[in-house]
Amino acid sequence: MNGGQDLGGTHGHGPVMPEPNEPVFHAEWEKRAFALTLAMGMPGGWNIDMGRFARENRPPGEYLAMSYYQIWFAALESMLKERGLVAEDEIEAGHKLHPTKPVARVLSPSDVLKVLHRGGPTERETNTTAAFKPGDRVRARNINPPTHTRLPRYVRGHVGVIERVIGCHVFPDSNASGAGENPQWLYTVRFDGGDLWGPQGDPTVKVSVDAWEPYLQPAT
Amino acid sequence: MTHDHHHDHGHSELSETQLRVRALESVLTEKGYVDPAALDLLIETYETKVGPRNGARVVARAWADPAYRARLLKDATPAIAELGYAGRQGEHIVALENTPKRHNMVVCTLCSCYPWPVLGLPPVWYKSAPYRSRAVSDPRGVLAEFGVTLPKDTEIRVWDSTAEIRYVVIPMRPSGTEGWSEEKLAELVTRDSMIGTGLPKQP
Repeated sequence: MNGGQDLGGTHGHGPVMPEPNEPVFHAEWEKRAFALTLAMGMPGGWNIDMGRFARENRPPGEYLAMSYYQIWFAALESMLKERGLVAEDEIEAGHKLHPTKPVARVLSPSDVLKVLHRGGPTERETNTTAAFKPGDRVRARNINPPTHTRLPRYVRGHVGVIERVIGCHVFPDSNASGAGENPQWLYTVRFDGGDLWGPQGDPTVKVSVDAWEPYLQPAT
Repeated sequence: MTHDHHHDHGHSELSETQLRVRALESVLTEKGYVDPAALDLLIETYETKVGPRNGARVVARAWADPAYRARLLKDATPAIAELGYAGRQGEHIVALENTPKRHNMVVCTLCSCYPWPVLGLPPVWYKSAPYRSRAVSDPRGVLAEFGVTLPKDTEIRVWDSTAEIRYVVIPMRPSGTEGWSEEKLAELVTRDSMIGTGLPKQP
C-alpha cells in the first residue's frame, strides 16, 4: 500500500537524532508490547507479512504520529480482534469476558530460546529458473496495490541492474493476504542515485532494494 | 540528552497506552494464550544477551582472521553461526565490506528490518521517519548528522532491506591495531559502524 510506512525519499521529517547511550526499551510498556507481539505469533497464527501489513495499514498521519512500539501494539490489537481472540470490551475491562477460542500452540518459557534461534527462514526450494542474472538491466514495475507490497515507491518505474540472485523466497504480497507463500525469485537490484533522484541525486550514491521477480520487467 | 519527537507525547497518552498494554497482557494471560514467564525471558534476552557486542565479535574475528573474513563475505549466515549467533531476524545475513572506495550503509525504508542476532533491537532513530526517508536520497547528509564525512569520491552504497535478507557492515580495520587480540579489536567496533552510519573507534 502507498501508506505512511513507505518513507524513502520523502521530505519534512527533520534531522536524524541519535540518542547517546540509548536503552533497549524506553518504558516498561514497550517491553511488554514487544514481548506480547513475539509471543502471540505462535497462538495467533499470523505470519510476518500479515504483521507488517497490520502495522502499516492505517492513515499516514496516524502512522507518523505514533511511536514504533505504539504501532506494534496497535497492530497486535487489531490482529487479535480480527481473529476473535480478544474483544475491545475485554481490553477495556482488563479481564476475560468471552469464551476462550482454542489456539494451536502457546509459547512456553522452555521454548523461547529454541524458537528465537530457529527464526523463520523464508527461502524455499523451487523447480523454476530465475528469469534474470547478474548484470541484467531491469525496470521496477509501476504497481500500486492497496494491499501489502515490499516494492518501495521511490524505485517504481526506474531501471536498475541485477546485482545478485538471492534465491527463491516467500512472496510477501501473497503471504500478507493469506493467499499462501507463493515463493518467487528474489534479487538485489542496484539503482544509481542520479537516476533515482534526478538533479537532487548524488552520482556517487548507489541504492539497492531486494525485489521479487513479479516486481521486475526486462529493460533494454 | 537528545530526545526523539516520538517521546514527546503527553503523559495522558502514554499512560493510556501503558494501561492498555497491561490490560491486554492480563486478558491474554487469563485466556492461556501467553505465559508471563516467557514474556520475561523474551525481554531479558534482548535486553542482556542479544546486542551489538555480538556483531562486534564477528567484525573483530573478520579483522583478525583472513580465512574467517573470506567465509563471512561469501556466506555470512553460517559464518556468524560459528560464533553462536543465529535465528529470528537474522535467518539470511549478508556481510558488506567497507573499502577505501566504497562505504556501505543499511536502512529499511518500509519498516525496521535489522539484523537482530548480531546487532540486537534497532535504536529509535533507525526506525524513525528522518532516517528512513533520507538514507536513500541523501545519505551524505545523514552521515553528516552522525558526524561522519567521507571523501567526495567514495561511493556510498545504500542497502534498503526490503526482503528478509539482513545486512551487516564490516567496517575497515583502524590502522595502528596490528597484532591486537580479537577481544581488544571488538572494543573498537561500534553499533553504528555496523549499520554504516558510523566508523569504528580509533585506537
